[in-house]
Amino acid sequence: MTGEILSVLRNAEQKRQAALEDRILCCTVAGCLSGGAERVRGSIHKEIEARGRSGKVEVCGTGCLGLCSQGPLVRSSAADAVFTNVTPEDAAGLVSGDLSKLEDRALRAGHPFYAGQKRIILANSGRVDPERFSDYVAMGGYESLLRAATEMAPEEIIGEVKKSRLRGRGGAGYPAGLKWELVARQPSPTKYVVCNADEGDPGAFMNRSVLEGDPHRVLEGMAIAGRAVGAQQGYIYARGESPLAIARLRTALEQAQREGLLGGRMFDSNYQFRIDLRIGAGAYVCGEETALLASIEGKRGQPVPRPPYPPESGLWGNPTLINNVETFANIPTILEMGGEAFASIGARNSPGTKIFALAGRVVRAGLVEVPIGTSLRTILYELGGGVPPGYEFKAAQTGGPAGGCIPSQYLDLPMDYDSLTSIGTMMGSGGLIVLDTSSCMVDLARFFMEFCMDESCGKCIPCRAGTVQMHDILSRMTRGEGVEGDFAMLEQLCGLLTETSLCGLGLAAPNPVISTLRHFRREYEAHVRERRCPAGHCDIPARIQEAAEAIA
Amino acid sequence: MTPSETRERQLERVMSRYHYSGSALIEVLHAAQQLYGYLGKPLLNTIAHKLRLPPSKVLGVATFYHLFRFTPPHEHTAVVCLGTACYAAGGTELMSVLERRCNAREWSINAGRCVGSCGLAPVVICDGQALARVTPAELEKQIGDTPSA
Repeated sequence: MTGEILSVLRNAEQKRQAALEDRILCCTVAGCLSGGAERVRGSIHKEIEARGRSGKVEVCGTGCLGLCSQGPLVRSSAADAVFTNVTPEDAAGLVSGDLSKLEDRALRAGHPFYAGQKRIILANSGRVDPERFSDYVAMGGYESLLRAATEMAPEEIIGEVKKSRLRGRGGAGYPAGLKWELVARQPSPTKYVVCNADEGDPGAFMNRSVLEGDPHRVLEGMAIAGRAVGAQQGYIYARGESPLAIARLRTALEQAQREGLLGGRMFDSNYQFRIDLRIGAGAYVCGEETALLASIEGKRGQPVPRPPYPPESGLWGNPTLINNVETFANIPTILEMGGEAFASIGARNSPGTKIFALAGRVVRAGLVEVPIGTSLRTILYELGGGVPPGYEFKAAQTGGPAGGCIPSQYLDLPMDYDSLTSIGTMMGSGGLIVLDTSSCMVDLARFFMEFCMDESCGKCIPCRAGTVQMHDILSRMTRGEGVEGDFAMLEQLCGLLTETSLCGLGLAAPNPVISTLRHFRREYEAHVRERRCPAGHCDIPARIQEAAEAIA
Repeated sequence: MTPSETRERQLERVMSRYHYSGSALIEVLHAAQQLYGYLGKPLLNTIAHKLRLPPSKVLGVATFYHLFRFTPPHEHTAVVCLGTACYAAGGTELMSVLERRCNAREWSINAGRCVGSCGLAPVVICDGQALARVTPAELEKQIGDTPSA
């Protein structure tokens, strides 16, 4: 592959697509698939054949179109609209262009769900067929890699990433440019680039959607990183529970290798980069970087104390750059628009966009990509359409088992790294679950503690034993058997885990408890002192309630 | 891979692709489970021998990860998603329906960690087919309709 071939390929594919009368893209990722997206695609295909429209109208699969709760979703290029709840019977209308039956299910560019979004990482998702290499190239794909491999020196690439002030999207928000520079500075001849695609938080499916919808973007980002830090080998550590993402990644890797972009001399430069796929086997702790590296080495996924940090000593003791899927997916755009322009998007100290997986008690659930710093109110009420009638907003849970809750008084808080930390929660990977007044916060804390207890790797005692103790106390409370001393004990354990655990799992495990104690202490007190669940969720036996009332 | 190839040969090919390196242990375990359905003791010993690893290490790694199975799978499987959205939407109730209604000799019932279809909560995956926004009554019907062995 050379720069000339790339541009020939791009022009040819753009021309081919422009000549089509319509290109119908069916969302074929998780949510829509379970709603019957394959049958919809099949019937559109049959309809095209039956009407003799092949060559003029094309149907293909695509990545997430966003509005997962109203799938299957289909996008028509000619109508420039996304249609919701599409059934196989709608095929005739879509192919013939007679949209009368579909008009009330059409979402156009000005629709509130799309108006508040800014799609950078998901720019191609829903517009390209993720299984076709030329589709990605037609959208300008691999142009940034071409520049990185042939025109830019490694220092220049790192300079752009630093200027963009991109922060790692894995949760901690460490500046990506600084990490890259640290790895680049290491004298070792062998270095690695690792993509953390082990997205295990319940309620988070952003990374998976990026991999399913636009896998080449992540490969391009990794290859640029490899060039910048001087690595020849990359690994993607994907979650074993996401078979479709793995299949799409495999296809994309094969294509990039066949085109000579990976594994050979890239664009006739002297630079080579190879990417291998490693599949996780269901251990949440492997999202922690040192545990992830151990797992790539074929060991139990148990973390080791840091320092040394992976940029100094990572995979097999060599300097290793680890970034998350979303972080790598931003890189091609940063090189394309320039670091400074990128830094002007979003919040001042955390530029760019963030994908949130909006779910729970909300009218329009799905994936949204917004500039960082957008308020929760905008995301929930404008994009998400608010809480359905008959329900009342109580809190939004962010950051999964490591995060916390945002109660209603903070609805206008900008969603950026620092603001979220200031109220005791975190950005995390981007799960955003809306809870209504029927959810019990004590039980929610118990739910997350159960998760951490199960997923604790057992290496360090604070996490292994502390999560069991905390889960025990929280379970007792939800059964109406809590005692007054439980508050002090819970708080003590929270402090203990936060200060003495070995890795992020244990350090963050108390966060849901700390956060709900801070914002919803009244609910805890009701469980313990009045033996009742204000949300009416917990199953507190009648005899306990009666006894409590008799004493009162 | 051709279908006529024995499972042993297929596994051998996977191991040789990774040059019998111990660092490919997890990849090899994935392949073995896909071929045999589960990881029995003789199979783990064979893998340990071929990759020149102590059997204790192979067992230690295999048991660390949730996705590996050590007994043959049942005829039917049901996975109840208990991610945050599905939990809040009543996933535990669906779990108890399955536990009450399913014959333990025919069904493997598992709790899943977020299948990533949060917009369709609660979700149950019955024999690979995802049931979206499923109610306890619908789930009972689905199980009743599944033919038993």
